[in-house]
Amino acid sequence: MNREDFPMLKQDIIYLDNSATTLKPDCVLNKMAEYYKEYGANAHRGDYDISYKVDLEYENVRDLVRDLINAKSKEEVVFTSGTTESLNMIVNGFFESLLEAGDEIILSTSEHASNILPWFRIARNNGCIIKYVNLDDNYYVTLENLKKVITPNTKVISLAHITNVIGDVRPIKEIAKFAHENNIFVVVDGAQSVPHMKVDVQDLDIDFLAFSAHKMLGPTGVGVLYGKKELLEHLEPTILGGGMNESFDNENAVILKSLPTRLEAGTPNIAGVIGFGAAIKYMNQIGYDRIIDRERYLRNYLIEKLVRIPHIDIINLESDSGIVAFNVNGIFSQDVAYYLNKYNVCVRAGNHCAKILKNAVGVTNSIRVSISFYNTESEIDDLVELLKNKDKIMKEML
Amino acid sequence: MDTNLKKEIIMDHYLNPKNKITTDDSRYVKVNTNNESCIDNLNFYVLFNGDLIEDIKFDGEACAISTSSSSIMITNMIGKTIAEAEEYINNFEAMINEEKYNSDILNEANAYDDIYKQNNRKNCALLPYKGIKKAIAEYRK
Repeated sequence: MNREDFPMLKQDIIYLDNSATTLKPDCVLNKMAEYYKEYGANAHRGDYDISYKVDLEYENVRDLVRDLINAKSKEEVVFTSGTTESLNMIVNGFFESLLEAGDEIILSTSEHASNILPWFRIARNNGCIIKYVNLDDNYYVTLENLKKVITPNTKVISLAHITNVIGDVRPIKEIAKFAHENNIFVVVDGAQSVPHMKVDVQDLDIDFLAFSAHKMLGPTGVGVLYGKKELLEHLEPTILGGGMNESFDNENAVILKSLPTRLEAGTPNIAGVIGFGAAIKYMNQIGYDRIIDRERYLRNYLIEKLVRIPHIDIINLESDSGIVAFNVNGIFSQDVAYYLNKYNVCVRAGNHCAKILKNAVGVTNSIRVSISFYNTESEIDDLVELLKNKDKIMKEML
Repeated sequence: MDTNLKKEIIMDHYLNPKNKITTDDSRYVKVNTNNESCIDNLNFYVLFNGDLIEDIKFDGEACAISTSSSSIMITNMIGKTIAEAEEYINNFEAMINEEKYNSDILNEANAYDDIYKQNNRKNCALLPYKGIKKAIAEYRK
């Protein structure tokens, strides 16, 4: 549905790599062009009309994001360059000064690199211990398994809401309730969840959330860091510079601005943020429920056809998202991806930045198809048709 | 070389790669090599004897192009002196990069002479050569 809104879809491609990044509708592209063409001044200056207009547009998006995730106030919404930067700011700006030697950090083996590597460094520098929650038979995280790795030394649990390989939705609300009863912080990587489901930070009662605009029809280079206000107040800016300080007489007298500006040093990605606003409005117009329904329908449509092909090994038969990970028996995933590329089908092969997941799943690499609402049944039919004949793949993959 | 013959050579080495077997023999120089842009990840084990490359084995996970290119390289390179191996490597790299090269010494490796048409697969063909160069450098150290 809504295919006519996406200029990329006018090309002869079947785009099934939506978990990497989604395509952008015209309204987003036009909104960004509008900024550059009609009021392309800097933000937070306000001394003349168009500059004031920039502030209005930019801050309006903060309101949209606040409503999107149901944050208590817009001060809890910080614009960043993406999920990766948000997670790094949370780890380095908040937890770096908080965690001490012997403190335990809980992760899962199916986390994306950006929710692993910043924690590795802090564990190394501060002497903390990383522990992994065991995945169940479907590679899901359960509260039960999580409880098994919690100790009195556990200080923080950091998990993806939806993983980027398996696509399972973690029971974050239950996890957060249990964590807070035990004085444990909860960080959520929402890169794959905010685009595909209604995420309510107050209902989930999570402490921090990170997500990116480009995975939800917005431009690249924009992300959000959400934090509970009382916690964000203690998040040290990891980048210092213009726009975030109120005065600096000497090295001992630097006064920082209030939230969230304090955490947005330098000229922000104004066009990107404004474009993100258009993406949120567009998604709201279509309706989250319709998007979710459509994506799940298409996933089931694909799964039903794939299970009938004997040489296809599906890794995540069950999933709440639009992600299907699989392998063609005996053929390296990248060769399959190259083969599909010859027919203009865009899928991803690899470990999907979840390099330690292979120990749990026993498969190092896979092909990942990630569906968006603008995909069609006929695109999936074409994909399935291409995968049906293993000899054809072998013959044409070179 | 005829296109079908090229495909046949590549598939043959992919499905029955030479010396694709791991070893923990400490006489072998072990190097890991991977492509930054994709997921190929191979280990090479090279046995030097003075100036001679006596044996090469490899293991790991890689696509059809990387695997077959490793197998062909190994077939061609065992028994060569390091100087001969380097000449072979230079010629292979020149072919992949569309520069002047001597096809006579490349044997079956000529099967990759039009891989430049698929830019994203050039690195796959070159991967084993990256590995062997690393091993030679290590050996010289």
